[in-house]
Amino acid sequence: MNLKCLRQLGASWRRSTINKMNNRSDFIVISDMVAPNSRILDVGCDDGSLMQMLQESKTVNARGIELFPDRVNLCLAKGLSVVQGDANKDLAMYPKNSFDYVILSKTLQSMLQPKETLEGLLRVGKRAIVSIPNFGHWKVRLYLAIHGQMPVTPSLPATWFNTENIHLCTINDFLELCKNMDINIIKSVALDKNGKVLNFANRLRSVNLIGEQAIFLLEKNNHG
Amino acid sequence: MNKTINISNPKLKFSSGKSISPLEIAYETYGVLNKEKTNAILVCHALTGDQYVCGKNPITKKPGWWDILVGKNKPIDTNKYFIICSNVLGGCMGTTGPKSIDNSTKSTYGLHFPVITISDMVKVQMLLLDQLGIEKVLSVIGGSMGGMQVLSWMSEFPQRIKSAIPIASAAYHTSQNIAFHEVGRQAIMADPNWHEGKYFEHNIVPEKGLSVARMTAHITYLSEVALQNKFGRNLQDRSKKTFSFDADFQVESYLRYQGVNFVKRFDANSYLFLTRAMDYFDLISENDGMLANAFNNLHASICVISFTGDWLFPSSESKKIVHALNANGVDVSFIDIESNKGHDAFLMDEPQMFETIRGFLEAQYNK
Repeated sequence: MNLKCLRQLGASWRRSTINKMNNRSDFIVISDMVAPNSRILDVGCDDGSLMQMLQESKTVNARGIELFPDRVNLCLAKGLSVVQGDANKDLAMYPKNSFDYVILSKTLQSMLQPKETLEGLLRVGKRAIVSIPNFGHWKVRLYLAIHGQMPVTPSLPATWFNTENIHLCTINDFLELCKNMDINIIKSVALDKNGKVLNFANRLRSVNLIGEQAIFLLEKNNHG
Repeated sequence: MNKTINISNPKLKFSSGKSISPLEIAYETYGVLNKEKTNAILVCHALTGDQYVCGKNPITKKPGWWDILVGKNKPIDTNKYFIICSNVLGGCMGTTGPKSIDNSTKSTYGLHFPVITISDMVKVQMLLLDQLGIEKVLSVIGGSMGGMQVLSWMSEFPQRIKSAIPIASAAYHTSQNIAFHEVGRQAIMADPNWHEGKYFEHNIVPEKGLSVARMTAHITYLSEVALQNKFGRNLQDRSKKTFSFDADFQVESYLRYQGVNFVKRFDANSYLFLTRAMDYFDLISENDGMLANAFNNLHASICVISFTGDWLFPSSESKKIVHALNANGVDVSFIDIESNKGHDAFLMDEPQMFETIRGFLEAQYNK
């Protein structure tokens, strides 16, 4: 590790309020995974930015679920169709295969039952797009190694006792879960801290080390 | 003010198989209908509401029942939209109802008025839209019984609406709700002044019965928290209990006041017929046990609104509607507003609801 790297690391630790990850790069990757004119459900759609972007770039028919009423209202004012609800239980409101894609962007780690949520996504959608923050990132590992405390990083800025992220995992963990659940991973993309796409092929070890987040296109394995 | 249309031969068969003619529809409009006729919003009033949505109610001299929501620069902005609200079929504010004169007998209909349904009310509203030359409304909106009418529009005449906002409503009247209505009706019918519905012929009205009906119903529109916060166990204009059955407590005095004022503006027989229409409302049984079937041909955008503190039309009932709409792939939004005001929250100052309605309508208008 060179000196510059160390200094950057120190700076990021010292930051008291840490910016959220760059959303745009995440959105672009998701948008690339979505076929034009498809039906999508954005679970935890926030202010509807992703839905809006997908409507513009892919002319999708978009729906959203959002927990917070203020954010639902922001979506409605944009002409988006959003149901106030809890992704932990309200996926049951939708019939099987009612969407081409169900998107869960950086939310899986805050679900009470991530495995059940994944099952729910792939029941409601023919395919699912799931993005996760990578707990296997080297900064996370180093933080834990040096401090012996739960890591606080730019992409995971909350402390252990007030974080919504109750089920954090690494890219490797996620791949293993998919394998166990017989979920077919059609596409995987990892992004580094600048939102730059990292090559997954044959470099899983390094991707799991330098990927700050990863986005997966998933499908039920019909042959399984 | 006081607009009416008179249809001499309405060619309208009610759900019961009966019909009436002539048919008079009393309504109000606010704002201006644009040239393309694309800015009309139909407001459906609740059980004891009327056509006087906003501004000053000419009968009570008080602000209209939804004055807080509808008007210039308000969430339903009359600078922008053309608001239509008609008194419901069976009502007592000008639209034909049990206190109207039956031409065949030359006296009031009373109990001879046909038992009507929510669907019949909506069909009458459609006659009004036809008369006004409005092919498709931008939105149809209403709470409680008004919400039932909105759901009926969504189910029966989906091609006539671009969007809809059912508030604090349900796809059917629950057993508990029917039970409360029955108490109200029995109170009216137990009043000796009711005279089997022919009280006008005796130049009297069943004030006591109707007033008790209102008092019971009013409790169901509020919540325990709302009552406790507003009145607690406070005494009314006295420092100690009187050891009598006078209205010692503020809450008693309040309910009596509600009852007394209600009988001044409402007809007892109308109350019987309208509560019955609500009881009969059931979009599930009408659609072979599948609520989703009610919305098979619906292509409008829907915004369902409920309130967490509403135990009369609980959020869970609104969620069933959302569920059924999702099953049909309908463009549906839903918001469950945190409130402890009970069922009547939809008539009150609920900023979250205002924002929802304002934003939703604006987006639908610009679509």
